[in-house]
Amino acid sequence: MTATPEDRARRGLRESATFDRTTIAAIQRAAETGIYDIRGWGAKRALPHFDDLLFLGASMSRYPLEGYREKCGTDVVLGARNARFPLHLDIPVTIAGMSFGALSGRAKEALGRGASETGTSTTTGDGGMTPEERGHSKHLVYQYLPNRYGMNPDDLRRADAIEIVLGQGAKPGGGGMLLGQKVSERVAGMRDLPQGIDQRSASRHPDWTGPDDLTIKIAELREITDWEKPVYVKVGASRTYYDVKLAVHAGADVVVVDGMQGGTAATQEVFIEHVGIPTIAAIPQAVQALQELGVHKQPGGVQLIVSGGIRNGADVAKCLALGADAVAIGTAALIALGDNDPKYAAAYEALGSAPGFYDQYQAGQDPAGITTQDPELQKALDPVAGGRRVANFLRVLTMEAQTVARACGKAHVTHLEPEDLVALSIEAAAMARVPLAGTGWIPGQGTW
Amino acid sequence: MSTTFDLATTPLREVNAALHVEGLAGEYVVENPRGAHNVAVGLDAPVTVTIRGHVGYYAAGMNQRADVTIEGNAGTGVAENMMSGTVHVTGNASQSAGATGRGGLLVVDGDAAARCGISLKGLDIVVGGSIGHMSAFMAQRGRLVVRGDAGDALGDSIYEARLYVRGSVRSLGADCVAKEMRPEHREELAGLLKAACYEDDDPADYTRYGSARTLYHFHSDNTY
Repeated sequence: MTATPEDRARRGLRESATFDRTTIAAIQRAAETGIYDIRGWGAKRALPHFDDLLFLGASMSRYPLEGYREKCGTDVVLGARNARFPLHLDIPVTIAGMSFGALSGRAKEALGRGASETGTSTTTGDGGMTPEERGHSKHLVYQYLPNRYGMNPDDLRRADAIEIVLGQGAKPGGGGMLLGQKVSERVAGMRDLPQGIDQRSASRHPDWTGPDDLTIKIAELREITDWEKPVYVKVGASRTYYDVKLAVHAGADVVVVDGMQGGTAATQEVFIEHVGIPTIAAIPQAVQALQELGVHKQPGGVQLIVSGGIRNGADVAKCLALGADAVAIGTAALIALGDNDPKYAAAYEALGSAPGFYDQYQAGQDPAGITTQDPELQKALDPVAGGRRVANFLRVLTMEAQTVARACGKAHVTHLEPEDLVALSIEAAAMARVPLAGTGWIPGQGTW
Repeated sequence: MSTTFDLATTPLREVNAALHVEGLAGEYVVENPRGAHNVAVGLDAPVTVTIRGHVGYYAAGMNQRADVTIEGNAGTGVAENMMSGTVHVTGNASQSAGATGRGGLLVVDGDAAARCGISLKGLDIVVGGSIGHMSAFMAQRGRLVVRGDAGDALGDSIYEARLYVRGSVRSLGADCVAKEMRPEHREELAGLLKAACYEDDDPADYTRYGSARTLYHFHSDNTY
């Protein structure tokens, strides 16, 4: 019989905070295999996050809007700075870039269906654009990545926006790896690679090396598409203030900042947990950069999309209040599709995992049919039903954000502002640059 | 009868837009490029475009079906991600020539700098002179022919692209090895040389390089 924590405490057994059981298992696994751990998902460690922030609802000094009745707008326009056809989205929640290859074709279709039903955008990923995704996505953002798998000018013209990816929050500075078990005949064909090999995604773009080059690259993409499409630049959160400034100087219409809680399909554990900064620390840096350049929340300005650990409408509202124009969700969208659903408990157990813990996206054995290329496993996901679930989830996120915005007296969710927020911890107050609750104190203010 | 655009008097955006008109055919000349970036990018028509002078970055980028001649030198990323057609540089090319190219033929009469054919995905490249370091890095498909020498780390982390070099190779990158020239390779090389108007070269003078395929399945012994 397994001892309970109380039994162990009674016997005087004490677990090391430094070498806890997860750490011991990691050391033993490394000693056993001689190779580092690769997994999906994002950072799992506790980090200063949106839960460390609270809204100051209206009372005497602020006037709230009537819940459910008074209009609280949710639409956003992205990329009007240079593009002839900017994106007009009905809600400020978008679907983040996730590749066909990492995800099944059905999962990509479901995300497209859900996004289209709610009038928002979805995004391709490392593996190029699939007909299913294009066909089911009203607004499709086409990622332009270092390895350029599947990149072609026809798809570029078919896209509604172009997102140049410099990095992602789970691994700023890192490339990627799609392990052979997911490199099916179709995935291999789209990526010009032999089937079944472990496929490396580059960490650097092949034909430009710095911000000056990026300026010319953005101009090239505009010329090829006759200046129709908004051009986004996506960075993993690290030196966010400088990265955002450089991206704007290079000509970005929209900057996407992905915090370290952002997900990945396959990355080294050490990378996920130890590189990058939390989302709430990145947003104020990005906003400061945009403000100093005079393009934050301005007509013809540069929009900011934030991602990394967004789970509910409060998180959405907090991002907007800190200065984002929209957010992107990845992991939460997969969970909405059925990822980590307890109904797959037996299948997860058979894989050595459990609902709530499953992160082996790289393995291609996902019982939920989402992060797999196995034709049989994929059948677990009905793209129509999945699309409906994603749409439902997006609606809930939006309604929750509206609820908070109305309580703060805002007629549009993007009218939320830092002044509506306080922090629960000194760390969160310093990172998010809002006062510690009950005080006027913003630690570290003026030192950046 | 050809149509001429003068970049000294016509904005680049207008020139590229004119070259994107649906149903385009015929011959076009671009004069006074003066090192401009992004000249004749995104073409998708069976046209002939002659650029009279040096160009900057990404000339003829993502070319489809067009035959483009650059009478001069080309900056970074000439013919990047080209899909089909031909691009001919009569001078030298800067780094990343033909990067990620998927189809067609790129000919550089002079030298090409670093990263020539990086992430190649099906394009054929023939370089009349020598190429710089890290060329054909992670090259997946396609062929790269070098009539001169190759710099350091040729074909690093190469997949299934085939490289033919007549001169010396300063060093080979990870997992790139010299391979036997079998008859089918000599025939393939002869065809590429002919297409690039270098048919007098003897394929027997060339060495073939490609992947040893030891990095195809990741394990702890193949990290560097």
